[in-house]
Parts: sequence; C-alpha cells; structure tokens
Amino acid sequence: MTIKERMSGNEAVAYAMKQIEPDVMAAFPITPSTEIPQYFSKYLANGLVNTEFIAVESEHSAMSACMGASAAGARATTATSSAGLAYMWEILYVVSASRLPVVMAVVNRALSGPININNDHSDSMGARDSGWIQLYSETNQEVYDNYIQAYLIAEATRLPVMVCQDGFITSHGVSNIELLEDKKVKDFVGDYVPENYMLKENSPMMAGPFATIPYYMEIKRAQAEAMNTSYEVIEKVATAFASLSGRSYSFFEEYMMEDAEVAIIIISSSAGTAKEAVNILRGEGKKVGLIKIRVFRPFPKERLTEALKGVNIVSVMDKADSYSGIGGPLYSDVKNSLYDEPNKPHVINYIYGLGGRDIKVEEFIHIFNDMINGTDLDDTYRYIGVRDKRGNI
Amino acid sequence: MIYKFKDELEKKERFVGGHRLCAGCGAGIAVRSVLRALDEGDRAVISNATSCLEVSSFMYPYTSYEDSYIHSAFANAAATCSGAAAAYEGLKKKNKVKENFKFITIGGDGGTYDIGFQALSGAMERNTDMVYVCYDNEAYMNTGIQRSSSTPKFADATTSPTGTMSYGKTQNKKDLTEIIAAHNVPYVAQSTFIGNFKDLHEKAYKAHYTKGACFLNILSPCPRGWGYEADKLPEICKKAVDTCVWPMYEIEYGEWTVNYIPRKKLPVEEFLSMQGRFSHMFKPGNEWMIEEVQSYVDIKWEKLLDKANIK
Repeated sequence: MTIKERMSGNEAVAYAMKQIEPDVMAAFPITPSTEIPQYFSKYLANGLVNTEFIAVESEHSAMSACMGASAAGARATTATSSAGLAYMWEILYVVSASRLPVVMAVVNRALSGPININNDHSDSMGARDSGWIQLYSETNQEVYDNYIQAYLIAEATRLPVMVCQDGFITSHGVSNIELLEDKKVKDFVGDYVPENYMLKENSPMMAGPFATIPYYMEIKRAQAEAMNTSYEVIEKVATAFASLSGRSYSFFEEYMMEDAEVAIIIISSSAGTAKEAVNILRGEGKKVGLIKIRVFRPFPKERLTEALKGVNIVSVMDKADSYSGIGGPLYSDVKNSLYDEPNKPHVINYIYGLGGRDIKVEEFIHIFNDMINGTDLDDTYRYIGVRDKRGNI
Repeated sequence: MIYKFKDELEKKERFVGGHRLCAGCGAGIAVRSVLRALDEGDRAVISNATSCLEVSSFMYPYTSYEDSYIHSAFANAAATCSGAAAAYEGLKKKNKVKENFKFITIGGDGGTYDIGFQALSGAMERNTDMVYVCYDNEAYMNTGIQRSSSTPKFADATTSPTGTMSYGKTQNKKDLTEIIAAHNVPYVAQSTFIGNFKDLHEKAYKAHYTKGACFLNILSPCPRGWGYEADKLPEICKKAVDTCVWPMYEIEYGEWTVNYIPRKKLPVEEFLSMQGRFSHMFKPGNEWMIEEVQSYVDIKWEKLLDKANIK
C-alpha cells in the first residue's frame, strides 16, 4: 500500500533517512540542504529514529566523520550543498579510495564567486572525478527513490554515492509524493554487515595507508574497476526497487525518443520544463525528444549512444560550465561517448541556469527550433538566458 | 594503582617495531607510552592525522599497530575519530558490538595546533569520548621542518630561517594546552618522557578512563628538526621540564595541578644550548634573545603556579 503525501525534496530525503535509520548522520548547516539535518534532528528529538547525529563544526569534518563511522562498520550519511561540498573535496577522494559506502544527499547550488544560494550543478559537477557514483533527480519523488536505492548500490559496489536534487526548485518545492511503508524500506535496504570494519570482534582493521609507488596505482585501478561493475549493480537495484514500488528507473529517462530527429539531453528539474516544450512541439508534429540523465557517474556511454541512434542533432544542456573553452561537463561526456559511432548526431552545448537563472518553456522551444532549422550549427558552445548589452534576456 | 614500570613493559606491545621513525624521535615513544596505559582487555581505534608518524607506521601493506587504525587526511583526525566513536555508540546500542573500545586520536603539532585545530576544537566542544594526543615536536617535520604555531620564538625552521636579517621565528609558541583547557573538557594534561614514564603513564591512563573529551600534549623532540644526537632525547626532555620551558601539569574538571616542580629551576640556556635550532642565540651580541626567552618562561611559569594555587 502506498502512502500519498505532499512534501518538499528536502523533507523527502530526511523522511527516507528516518525510514532507513543509518547508524551515523553527520552534518553542517548550509543553504539549501540544511533542512535535511533540521528535519532529521526533529525526528531524533521526538525519538522517532535511532541514529547517532553529530553536529560537526564544518563539512570537512562531516565527511571525515562519515569516513570514520563507515570504516568503523556503520551506515553513515550526510547532506550538503555548494561550498559545503567543495569544502569536503579532499575527503571525497579519500572515502571513495577507501571503498567506503557513504551515502550523501547533495542539494545542488552554485559555487561561490560571486556568492549565490540558488541552483546550478557546478558543485557536484566539480566532484565528478572524485570516484563517487552520482544519481540526479528531477522531482521530489525521484530524490526519495534514489536516496533509498543509493544504500544498496553503495554497499554492493563499495563506492560512495551522492544523490543530487536541485536546490530550492525541488528541495523546497512541495509536491505530491508516494512514500513507501517503513517496514518495506527497512526490508529493502536490509541489515548492513560489512566484511571488515574497525569494530569487528577480534579483528582489527586498518584504513587509509600511505601507499607508495608500487601500490598506489593498483588501488586507483581497483576503484575504476568498481565503477565499471557498478552499471550492473545500479540496474539490479532499480529492478528490485521497481518490484517494491512500481516505479522504474534506468540510467536515463527517454521522453518521446522513439522517432525523435532532434533531442535535448538534460539533468534534473529543468527536464520537466523541457518536456513541456517537447509536448508543444509534438503537438505541431515535430519529431523532438528528450533524454534526462539520472546516472552521471558512471556515465552510461553504450546505452546513450544506442538511445541516440537516428537522432540528427542533439543539444546538451549543462547547468555548469567547466571553463575548458569547449563546453560543459555533460557535453564533453556525451560527445566523447558518440565519437566512435559511424552515424553520430551533431552535438551542440548550451550552458544554462547558472546561479538559479530560470529557463522557460519558450527557451527550450527556441533551442528545438534552432536544431530543426539548422541555425548556426557550427556554434557548438553557447550560453542561453544571458542578458545582452541592453540588459535583455 | 601502584605504577611499576617493569610490569608495564611486560604488557603486550600495541605499537610494534619495524616502523620507519628516526632513531631518537619522540613520536614513537609517545604512541607506545599512551597505548601501554590501556587495560589489556580493551580494544582501541586510533585515528591519525597525516604526519611523520602516519607515513612511518602504516606504509602499505605493513602496519605497526595491533589495534584498529584509520588515517584520512591532515586536518581531520579528530573528526574522523568522532565518526568512529559515534559508530561505536550506535552499534553498541543495537548490540552489534560487544567488546570495549577506546578512541584515540594522534596528531603532530601541525595537525593539532594548526590545520587540525578546527576539527580538534569541534570534537572537544562536543565532548566526544576520546583522547586526543598531540605529539608536539614544534614544527612540520614530515615536510621538512617548516615553522608551525607551536614552534617557539627564535627557533631556526625552514620557513623561519635565521639569516642576516632574521633571528628565526618571530612569534611565541601558541599555548594550545590552555586553549583546550578553555573548552572545559574533563581532562587536559601536558607531559613528556621523564624517568620511568610514571607521569605520562598516569596521565594517559586518566585520559583513557575519563569519560568525555580528554587532551594530552606530549613534548616529543625531533632529532632532525631540533638538531641533537639521538641519544640526547631523554636529557633534552629532562631539561625542558627542569627549566620550566615545558611544565608538566594537568587540569581535571577545572582543577589545575602542577605535577613537577623542579627543586632548582635551571636557566633556559641549559635547554636551548643542546639544540642546533637555537645555536644562533649563543653568538656574541645575541644574549638578548636568551634573556627574552628566560623572561617569557618565568612569566608563564608564575602564571601557571597561580592557576594551581601554589604560592
């Protein structure tokens, strides 16, 4: 029996956290993720959850405490955004290299310079090479579902997982959601018993060695291999979750892609806006479609190239620039994935929505129409939604 | 508890030989002494900041520790330990851990006074049930003897070198023990390696078996950074306490006790002259440096006696 509710994305994560009851939660306040530890602290204050909460003095310490807890044998989690994630950077790498299945809720927010509290993906996109699996969520429902699946993915691959949603847009936006019963969630994630841990009976464990030239590279290679095998795990967990909830997840969602000739590839909440543009253009008989990436790390290369067969032009939407001079992070990976294909589509990159800048249905229609009309195809690195010299958007 | 050094030494070693620390280094002695004070039936989790100690004692695939151990980074040893201690609390409540564990964080002065200070202060403020041990060798020895906030004034370090326009470090040493005492944690102490190690052993025991956050600051000389021959380590430690450069004291629930008052307080030259890092202070014309150190040590010592109500 499903439970119909209304809640924000932050509350949905905190609620899933309550249902899972990780052994340790460590967090530091930052907008817009800070509601997650607030909700969770209230659950604790009312005796609704059996978790050790550490109100750490920084995000660096939050991730460090998660590492210590996870190595000690606990399920450990945290939540953060923006500068908080940037402050954790150093430890993100140590956690993934130590193969500790920490789960983190990331509420995506722009990185500072200038300071801005609103949504874009520059925080987690910057962490894309840190060895963490990254799941992105369009809606409150998806972030709830992804957060529950993350534990099984992390524990099976021994890789940490970040579950991302868009700051304010879904984190604070209240919408309808179907929750699972507590017992169903508990049974789904099961009891966590790692093979080795620091508190294991009669069995000390060492974590975080100094690895010199003869050993370091094998450890890094093992991480890469774990990432390679995680595709299968992510799929299996999604299958199990579908039979539990009736909600199916894959590496990405295909929207009207069957006969699409031009397509948009996008991540998280703006996919909803773009789908509306697809609906309108489909109503006019135009063959447009959309792919919404759910799993960005590992990147679903084979599946994506398969899904893009028959598409002539693709616009890749990046809510973060990587200042490479050639485009954003999603664009780079999409184009890289397509390189070996004999009949690959033409790929255009749009940087959009930085620091919370809205993108509207009309702008997506404009992007689709530019592809349909073949306008300025050589200009593959574009910004959309930026003011011109007269101040017009 | 009657302390018998011989009996203590017969306990099973928790920090075993084969590590790569230098001869005459204080770090290994500090770790052995602190771990020796654990009851034999108790297990431990040791969290270690990046340091000489870490790279010398856990070089993959070898370890010097008989206990569980975690190293993560330079700045976060206390936070990492907080997580492990929280895991212990949580798993014990769920009956998933039955053995008795003690939590120990170890950092050098760089990882404690400087880059790890925030995480340390946080763990102390939260009264985490752990012992934080600083092996204080008064500079960044692992990276090549750069000055830290623990380096004393006039010391010649590689980022505060002596030269025609420089007389070494220009600032005094940060008084971290007092700063941690200001966190109002249950137990704070300073010690070093003296005689039969009774002082350090008893302080380590108190720290292990006092509930809540405890802090031990152990002066741990470094032959490379301080400029002395390996066999001079005990004598330097003795001079440090007899000159009152490094007083041995403790603060239990706010009560200050000076554990060692030298029968005859020695002049600071006796400590300084044994070390290469202070050799420039003994050149003609630099007497004022020694006078300044003496005056600083005298004032600090009097203040300490006041805090401990010793008239």
